[in-house]
Amino acid sequence: MTRLDTAISDVDALDRLATRGSPIHRLDPRAKLVVTALFLLTVVSYPKYNVVEMTPLFLYLAALLALGRIPALMLARYLLLACPFALLAGLFNPLIDRQVVTYLGPLAVTGGWLSFVSILIRFTLTVSAVLLLLASTGYVAVCAALGKLGAPRLLIIQFLMLYRFIFILTDEAARMVRAHSLRNPDEPNPPLRAWGSLAGHLLLRAYDRGQRVHTAMLARGFDGTLRLPQGFHWSMADTLFVAGSSGFLLLARYGHLATRIGQWTMELAA
Amino acid sequence: MSHHIIEVKELEYSYADGTAALRNVSFRIEHGESVGVIGENGAGKSTLLLHLNGCLLATKGTVRVGDIPVLRDTLKQIRRSVGTIFQDPNDQLFMPTVEEDVAFGPLNMHLPPEDVESRVHKALEAVNALHLRNRPPHRLSGGEKRTAAIATALSMSPDILVLDEPSAGLDPQARRRLINLLDGFKHTKIIASHDLDMILALCPRTIIMHQGTIVADGATADVLSDRNLLAKSGLELPLGAQGCPICNAKHPEK
Amino acid sequence: MHMADALISPQVGGAMWATSLGLAAYSAHRLKPEMTERKIPLMGVLGAFVFAAQMINVTIPATGSSGHLGGGMILTILLGPYAAFLVMFSILAVQALFFADGGLLALGCNVFNLGFWPCFVFYPLFKKIIGKSPTHGRIMTGSIASGVLSLQLGAFCVVLQTLLSGISELPFGAFLLLMQPIHLGIGIIEGIVTAAVVSFVWQARPELLELSADSKLEPAMSLKPILVTFAIVALLVGTLLSWFASTHPDGLEWALFRVTGKEELEASPDGLHAAMAKLQEKTSFMPDYGFPETPATQEPEAEQPATEAEAEAWPAISAGTSVAGVVGGGIVLALAVLIGTLLRLVQRRQNVAVS
Repeated sequence: MTRLDTAISDVDALDRLATRGSPIHRLDPRAKLVVTALFLLTVVSYPKYNVVEMTPLFLYLAALLALGRIPALMLARYLLLACPFALLAGLFNPLIDRQVVTYLGPLAVTGGWLSFVSILIRFTLTVSAVLLLLASTGYVAVCAALGKLGAPRLLIIQFLMLYRFIFILTDEAARMVRAHSLRNPDEPNPPLRAWGSLAGHLLLRAYDRGQRVHTAMLARGFDGTLRLPQGFHWSMADTLFVAGSSGFLLLARYGHLATRIGQWTMELAA
Repeated sequence: MSHHIIEVKELEYSYADGTAALRNVSFRIEHGESVGVIGENGAGKSTLLLHLNGCLLATKGTVRVGDIPVLRDTLKQIRRSVGTIFQDPNDQLFMPTVEEDVAFGPLNMHLPPEDVESRVHKALEAVNALHLRNRPPHRLSGGEKRTAAIATALSMSPDILVLDEPSAGLDPQARRRLINLLDGFKHTKIIASHDLDMILALCPRTIIMHQGTIVADGATADVLSDRNLLAKSGLELPLGAQGCPICNAKHPEK
Repeated sequence: MHMADALISPQVGGAMWATSLGLAAYSAHRLKPEMTERKIPLMGVLGAFVFAAQMINVTIPATGSSGHLGGGMILTILLGPYAAFLVMFSILAVQALFFADGGLLALGCNVFNLGFWPCFVFYPLFKKIIGKSPTHGRIMTGSIASGVLSLQLGAFCVVLQTLLSGISELPFGAFLLLMQPIHLGIGIIEGIVTAAVVSFVWQARPELLELSADSKLEPAMSLKPILVTFAIVALLVGTLLSWFASTHPDGLEWALFRVTGKEELEASPDGLHAAMAKLQEKTSFMPDYGFPETPATQEPEAEQPATEAEAEAWPAISAGTSVAGVVGGGIVLALAVLIGTLLRLVQRRQNVAVS
């Protein structure tokens, strides 16, 4: 499988999850979008050395994962795919910031390591939250919700049109690359000249398709304005979901839950 | 019911670079007729079809649908009465789901939501595709894409259906289902195709095009059995009219 | 090149989202229905083209390195700046959503860094270099120049945004020295690759390259007020969010403590109450307080061997508290796994009961 094939099957697999039914799937896409945005803001609002106080946010993810029936393996794969970047970005912290800030028993912990772990946790939390939103809502509904919340119409239309043609164009590109590599078994990437004409042909095909689509749209009365999918229903459950999630996020952010639980446990044990 | 008539008179069309694509094309199609348009690649079939819904406008000559000439000002009315099904259903299905695609035309006609809904339902029912309603187009098979594309045209309640290569790329059973489906429609139909056997099954009348002109227009049974005419136009006898390759016997004519 | 959610602060993320959405709204506004009627399908397919073409790597001759298409410039050439910016937005959104490239919060940054420069700033430069009668040489020069400059400024924005966010420890100078040369290389490669496609299109279908002429941008005239407006908007949102982050939380925290404290006080038995009271005392030593909150004041000096004052400030967090934190964190994580498993079990049981 080429990179193109993998990419497109990844997209499809993710979006397929959104067709499952679950209490999370049934929530209004706007509610999920708002809560995801709040969640992301909460995660990134922690001070950079914070590690343990972020852990309660995993409770929230675990609940969504389970209630939304999202396979944990899928999430793991997605995280793995994206993690080299986070590792790279955070790796400098332990090298640069060597100030010892605390001791864990005999272990001296530097600020750099603390912030590095913090970056990894941020990465896991933010990436998971986006995946959960997508897998429980679906790309099209996320876009529609974004439109309902006031994003420019044309932008949303572009989001939807792009998504439609990604499948077709990626497939065309994969066929062209396959045809090229079959005749050049030693060369994994096409050299510049071949690439230029390969991509150029792909571009011209795309362009022609764009014009055919345009014709097909005109034939059905298109006049430059496109109606967006609609039919969201905000229910009591959505209000509760948003209120409950916001409450939990506030508590997690400012309630020092982890330390409290830890001290409480240690006192009980003592 | 004069709406269902198509009249093309001395139609000429040249591309921007001056190449003549259609020359002196004239014919008249009556209410409820089903007409096949055949010819080799580049004969001008698709160009002709694009004139019938005003996607191309005549350089010379006239095209009339019912009482209305196809002009820039009349495009809205023309496109309501002529439903076009294009060659590649991927070009015709551009909305996120089948349902929204079928609703696209009616919404552009500014119909109230209840009417849009009932038209979507009726169109999908007519092609037996209600179960595809919420699917995204990239998750449809070739045959399903084709039926969905037909539904997108039907939802505009056209009087005339114009189809470009409707059976291309379909497996034999999907093709058979498509033929049966089209046979059931009462619309005036114009079908351009290389699938001569389908034309034989669906269209009592056939037009042959060659290098932008009409070289034959008559009963399908006559036109499609004229070996010389077909050969001159870059075509051959339909398989159904050729000898059986196994027993060498000739099929009884239809 | 992509900014990631993990490295960003709410202020920077919010400000850049506001900027990018503002630019998108402005672009959408500039594209009138007469133009969108023709452009909407083209924008869709050309966006998909860039998405697909970015995944076909190309070997650059004589260097042995490989690269891919940037996209911003070629889209602007074919669609004009406004449509191209919207298309870039959509491509980056799909990458953020489906491939975790960057992230949702950082999307505003990425759209600005990768879309704004090629679409609005360096496209006029490209047009100027190409002139009225393009040659291979001019196309190559124009693509490389605009590609390199776009990417240099994009990379510079990444450095600034990372720095302002204060999550990464990289000092400004070192980060800059790291980013700019890398992106010089990438910019040249992207320029060459863009030139390859543009040359091909120019030979095969020259009329396509002139397409964007109808939405010509009058650079100096119309760009200046937009830039100023967005700078102000970004600044406002940034300051607003900073103010929220720096002052409000304490108030919120305080309120939350009172609320939770009181509720526990009234509702719970004595043992727990006592424990909670003790906890509340101890929470004043929590990391949130003990660790310096504002990165701007202390972060760059981290390398220097501990200014005396700081060294003294650290011990305020006793080892005990840290251990408590780790224990608590561990318990919470275990709880998360437990809750997840339980919920799934319950659901499975319900499903069985239903079916």
